[in-house]
Amino acid sequence: MTLPMPVELCVNGERVSAAIEPRTHLADFLREHLNLTGTNLGCEQGVCGACTLQVDGVPTRSCTVLAVSCTGAEVRTIEDFDADPVMAQLREAFSAEHALQCGYCTPGMLATARDIVLRLPDADDARIRHELAGNLCRCTGYVGLVRAIRSVLDARKTAGAVNRT
Amino acid sequence: MKPAPFDYRRPDTVEAALAALAGSGGVAKAVAGGQSLGPMLNLRLAQPAELIDLGGIAALRECLDAGTSVQLGAGITHAQIEDGRIPDPSRGLMSFVARGIAYRAVRNRGTLGGSLAHADPAADWINVMALLDATCIVMGPRGRREIAQRDWMAGAFTTALADDEVLLGVRIARLSPGARWSYYKVNRKPGEFAEAICAFVDDGAQGRRRAVIGAIDGAPFVIADAGALIERWDEALAHRHLCEAGLEPGTLEYQLHAVALRRAAAALAVFTGEGA
Repeated sequence: MTLPMPVELCVNGERVSAAIEPRTHLADFLREHLNLTGTNLGCEQGVCGACTLQVDGVPTRSCTVLAVSCTGAEVRTIEDFDADPVMAQLREAFSAEHALQCGYCTPGMLATARDIVLRLPDADDARIRHELAGNLCRCTGYVGLVRAIRSVLDARKTAGAVNRT
Repeated sequence: MKPAPFDYRRPDTVEAALAALAGSGGVAKAVAGGQSLGPMLNLRLAQPAELIDLGGIAALRECLDAGTSVQLGAGITHAQIEDGRIPDPSRGLMSFVARGIAYRAVRNRGTLGGSLAHADPAADWINVMALLDATCIVMGPRGRREIAQRDWMAGAFTTALADDEVLLGVRIARLSPGARWSYYKVNRKPGEFAEAICAFVDDGAQGRRRAVIGAIDGAPFVIADAGALIERWDEALAHRHLCEAGLEPGTLEYQLHAVALRRAAAALAVFTGEGA
């Protein structure tokens, strides 16, 4: 074991300082040290996407990022998106289109879905499916997921809110 | 916790990184975005005693557009290249390729230099840089040196970069306005490491008519003069190149690369500038 190192970052709008072993990845730090268990861990090798969350405004795999490397970073986990209008639309669409069943992939899936909606407002179904390749769902399937994201993109286009975040 | 224990340092200058690497006595491993090393640490395939994180070095994210060439910092992310947020010497090739690297969450973190230093034969940049004949710029205790692509990768996961050196960036000669390119890779699933990569660049104005057969056992196989194959698809000539690249006829690997080479050539013929 190596000596704990200080880390200071912002998690869901709050400043956090801790002393942790350098080998602690961000997801373990959030789950074990901050009790933010909304971030799920699947493969822990950057493949399944379950642990995807936001670091400095962009989707990031929290299993392949060391917490100590996040000093000064702004981290947002699924717990911080209750009041987010895009995430509210996505949550409703996920329910309506049956885009989740067991829910294990859902926090990561929502992080990626939100990125698709904001970054690729003109994405067609094929592009949505391609972008979802990094988030594995093994029970619901992707038809509902693509439909859910499609419906949010369409609704935002209709509302003329494409460029609003 | 998955990785074996290690010490960690995050220098904010290249000089400090070099000092840290030199001071570690060869046990430290430099890391940039960590999108390849991170999984290897978690799987304990890599167990370095110390990590020197280059992610805090702003100088590695600088780019220089010198007109006829562009220098890209090693710390530029795949996502920056995908989004066209950096000067592009390649008429859209690099942006197209970037979009197909792993997944967006990985591209937000993974870097051009990290990928080149990692030198996985099945990764994209090692093949694109071979195709474009880029030059790697390296800094170490013995000073700065430039390494041509043909000398960069000695084999799988093995480069000319010494343990005490840091990759600063790459310099890429700008393609002419009329240049064409194509890039075809075989993946079992979008975002996975490629089973075969073949690519062409046809820049007649500069006499650069090259092709690459990649995702093979070692460094990409470069066809430095691919003019004949570009002019007219020739099955026998393609076969010769595939054999020279070390692929054995009758194997699955040969077949996958043969298909990739043919499809890359076909894509070049109908080049639109928007990807193959």
